[in-house]
Amino acid sequence: MNKKIVLAVAPIITFIGLVVFFWFALDNDPQKLNSNLIDKPVPEFRLPSLQNPEVVYTEKDLPKELFLLNVWGSWCGPCHIEHPYLMKYSKQYSVPIVGVNYKEKVIDGLKFIEEKGNPYTMVISDSDGQFAIDLGVYGAPETYIIDENGTVRFRYVGVIDDRSWHKKILPVIEHVLGKTLKPIESTE
Amino acid sequence: MKHFFAALMLAISFQVMAVIETYEFETVAQEQLYTEIIHELRCPKCQNQTIAESNAGLSEDLRYIVYQKVSAGEEKRDILAYMQQRYGDFVLYDPPVKPSNYFLWFAPIFVFIIILIAVLARVGRRKVAPDSSDDTEEL
Repeated sequence: MNKKIVLAVAPIITFIGLVVFFWFALDNDPQKLNSNLIDKPVPEFRLPSLQNPEVVYTEKDLPKELFLLNVWGSWCGPCHIEHPYLMKYSKQYSVPIVGVNYKEKVIDGLKFIEEKGNPYTMVISDSDGQFAIDLGVYGAPETYIIDENGTVRFRYVGVIDDRSWHKKILPVIEHVLGKTLKPIESTE
Repeated sequence: MKHFFAALMLAISFQVMAVIETYEFETVAQEQLYTEIIHELRCPKCQNQTIAESNAGLSEDLRYIVYQKVSAGEEKRDILAYMQQRYGDFVLYDPPVKPSNYFLWFAPIFVFIIILIAVLARVGRRKVAPDSSDDTEEL
């Protein structure tokens, strides 16, 4: 009798187990890879400024406060979608955004920010893509959250828009800072 | 038919050649090492291809890095470590066994052992108490 109950219940339990497993797996996008840089320092680099090729930046020139490192290129379609949001959030929040112009000729990168606006406090020109490879970039746009000690705390792969900003980016920034951020009053 | 296959093979080989740029190596050993390594690295962008097969821009860059490192005389272990540092275990087609993936590595063996025990238990019981109806069925 006992055995019969076990035999009857086992498939149902297995089924429920699988449902739960697949339910959580639905949320798990296999295209999103974990960054290997989390809790590690930003890789060393020595690259020119996009706007002024005579200025050479290294990791020591990065902001000494929490900032976003945004990897982009004008050849990257989603970066065009992301751009207005970066413009908006760079005005609304006091978090600096550092741009990495990825695998692109200086002239094309410049044209992009001149025509569409520049949300970045500084733009690093990574024309051969070596810095991006050191970061583990596999698709633009990618955004890294880096704390005041220069440690990578989070990587977001994909477009920053209202939803991802409020659901993914801002919570991590607030967690790292240990306080809630209020948008600066805008005149929009 | 023979000609058809010959043409097909030719077409396929050209397709492959179109993707992969060729690099000049000083020694044959280096060239073999290069080929070996690019077949063991996964393209982080396209995921189901090695960087040897993929024509994504990133794969091209990674192949170039492998080429530079092989030419500079670096060892395979160091080149794979370089990639792993940047892209994680995911980039290796033969990832290391570690606690976070014990389940993947050992679950099949575990399930197999359970089945084996269950089958043995059943077979063993049948021998101890042979059922007459089973015997007739077998005949």
